[in-house]
Amino acid sequence: MPTLIEQARSNKPAAASILPRAIWPLLVGLAIGALMFYVIGPGMGDYPSKIVLIAGINIILAVSLTVVNGFTGQFSMGHAGFMAVGGYVAATITYYGSMKLFGSADPAGGVLSFTGGADKPTALARWGDALFIGSCLMGGVGAAIAGYIVGLPSLRLRGDYLAIVTLGFGEIVRVLLQGTHEQIQPWRVEDALAKPVYELAISLGGPKGFQLLPTYTTLFWVYLFVVVTLIICYRVKNSSTGRAFLSIREDEIAAQAMGVDITKYKVRAFVLAAFFAGVAGGLYAMDIGAINAGDLGFLKSFDIIIMVVLGGMGSISGAALAAIILTILPELLRNPPPVWPVGLVLIALIAGVSSYRKRFRWKPIIVIAIASTLLEVGRQIALSKGINVADFRLILYALLLITMMLVRPQGIFGIHEIWEILPGYARREAARNGARGGSQGGKP
Amino acid sequence: MPMLEVKGLNVHYGAIHALHGIDIAVEQGQIVTLIGCNGAGKSTTLRTISGLIRPSAGQILFEGKPISGMPAHQIVRLGLAQSPEGRGIFANLTVAENLDMGAFARSDKAQIAKDREHALTLFPRVRERLKQNAGTLSGGEQQMLAMARALMARPRLLLLDEPSLGLAPQIVQTIFKIIREINRDGTTILLVEQNAHMALEVAHHAYVLEVGRIVMADDAKKLAASDEVRKAYLGIG
Ligand SMILES: Nc1ncnc2c1ncn2[C@@H]1O[C@H](COP(=O)(O)OP(=O)(O)O)[C@@H](O)[C@H]1O
Ligand SMILES: [Mg+2]
Repeated sequence: MPTLIEQARSNKPAAASILPRAIWPLLVGLAIGALMFYVIGPGMGDYPSKIVLIAGINIILAVSLTVVNGFTGQFSMGHAGFMAVGGYVAATITYYGSMKLFGSADPAGGVLSFTGGADKPTALARWGDALFIGSCLMGGVGAAIAGYIVGLPSLRLRGDYLAIVTLGFGEIVRVLLQGTHEQIQPWRVEDALAKPVYELAISLGGPKGFQLLPTYTTLFWVYLFVVVTLIICYRVKNSSTGRAFLSIREDEIAAQAMGVDITKYKVRAFVLAAFFAGVAGGLYAMDIGAINAGDLGFLKSFDIIIMVVLGGMGSISGAALAAIILTILPELLRNPPPVWPVGLVLIALIAGVSSYRKRFRWKPIIVIAIASTLLEVGRQIALSKGINVADFRLILYALLLITMMLVRPQGIFGIHEIWEILPGYARREAARNGARGGSQGGKP
Repeated sequence: MPMLEVKGLNVHYGAIHALHGIDIAVEQGQIVTLIGCNGAGKSTTLRTISGLIRPSAGQILFEGKPISGMPAHQIVRLGLAQSPEGRGIFANLTVAENLDMGAFARSDKAQIAKDREHALTLFPRVRERLKQNAGTLSGGEQQMLAMARALMARPRLLLLDEPSLGLAPQIVQTIFKIIREINRDGTTILLVEQNAHMALEVAHHAYVLEVGRIVMADDAKKLAASDEVRKAYLGIG
């Protein structure tokens, strides 16, 4: 019988096995990124596609935090801090790099930038996208280094202490970044050219934030990174490193007794997560065209933690789904649509399926009916009084979390992926393992 | 030269002095047992040997090599594995994944597969439950899994901490039968037990630990026959 790690490796689709392991996630990412950029984005209109873009950034953040808080069981509360480090590094390189290379802080073309580059005179100007993506990667590296520096001493701490240290880290990052010098405005390129690099690196706008950044981020880049993040984190989960992460979460002492160097693996999880958070920070800064450390404090970290907790502590697809839901939810709350039709459809489905299976179930139907009614009443009240429900987002999150902890403390999906809990998965898996065992002549 | 030699081992938990300079020797190929009441310091001794606790004084030699102060994850790689007290299984991983974790420190795939087969032959109950989450196993099955997992490290010296703890008498019998088999296959065993009766029956050599001090050490059969042990640990006479 092959070990599970080998099984996980052989789960790849057949077409993928002819491509090197590192290439095909990139190809899938490029394809999905292009699909989002050329087809889905334009088909949706500006406002929805903006939300889809933010959802993508949140997916990267939530999935990467899952590696630390979910797989490894370490409670980090500083993820937004890593996002800030990465975002500022990427913004600095893109902004001042543009001035130095292209003589202007405007977006310098590139095939996939939404500002287009046709009017840019020099060939160099088309390299704007390359500068941008390189700086996002550098942002990731910068955040990863920060992760290593914070992680090495603090990951010897347990539980609450680690939470406090990471919280402190996030705040230190915020204070340091808000203490930087005035940025050199885009119309003063000569000043920027005259200054040495180290001075530019501390002219990041201080408390006003780093503004007027070239906006390179598009659905293409975001979803390329979403796919790469998802695939890498999924692979890590099913590798021996992932096994070490999970064992640390389950029982640190036993993990050590198995030969797991727990500090090394905790730091590894931290560094990996910080890298993706850093990239997400870069995408975020160059989407909005500004980044302000004040927006990336504890509350932002908390938003990401909620996505992880809701999705399930250790489920990649769960975290991604929760990120999507929690990005769309506040938007829906701004102008809440009626939910009772959805409730009706659900009730019809449950009634249909359960009477088909000859086990009619009243309980979920009653729960859904009551919930739909309450939501509709609430919506009518909010509409008639002109209340903006989105302002109560945090209260809603808190209620959501409390309910979650009471009803399903392991999150929606626990450590499982979404497809693993679909009906029939266990049977199909067993059938496949049986077939494989047979073909290898191994014992069951 | 004994396979494992512990000399003058002292361990403190903060202000608590748990071990007061104990000496133990484990000869290759034997089952050596360390018996004692609750709180005597048996688990502390095992945890210190496997590197989970640092001693405040004393020496530990494994196959002649000093290992005291070495981190636990390196000691496993020297061929010394333990099945911890309370079993320490990974409850939310499957039984199969728990076994995989036992071989975490190894990379010789072919031999790992063989050892896995061997461990599953020793513990057929574990084989029946490979796909199940380990947390859903019964106490006895968890103990078997913990031992099978320790064997996956292919240890030359196996440390077992109270394998009979909280198990029904019949399962205890099975476990001790398997301990004998593991030893017959060539693995040296250091067995910590409160169940002195069973431990003295399978062991070659035995030590009695009382509040952090070795008070008796002898051939297991002789100890089982001695008046003090019969009175204090076997409840006879
Ligand atoms: N983590 C700990 N912190 C403080 N004291 C401990 C700890 N673990 C064990 N002790 C103390 O050390 C002594 C020996 O404990 P232990 O080795 O667990 O005994 P045994 O395994 O023989 O029952 C006991 O007095 C116990 O209270
Ligand atoms: Mg004990």
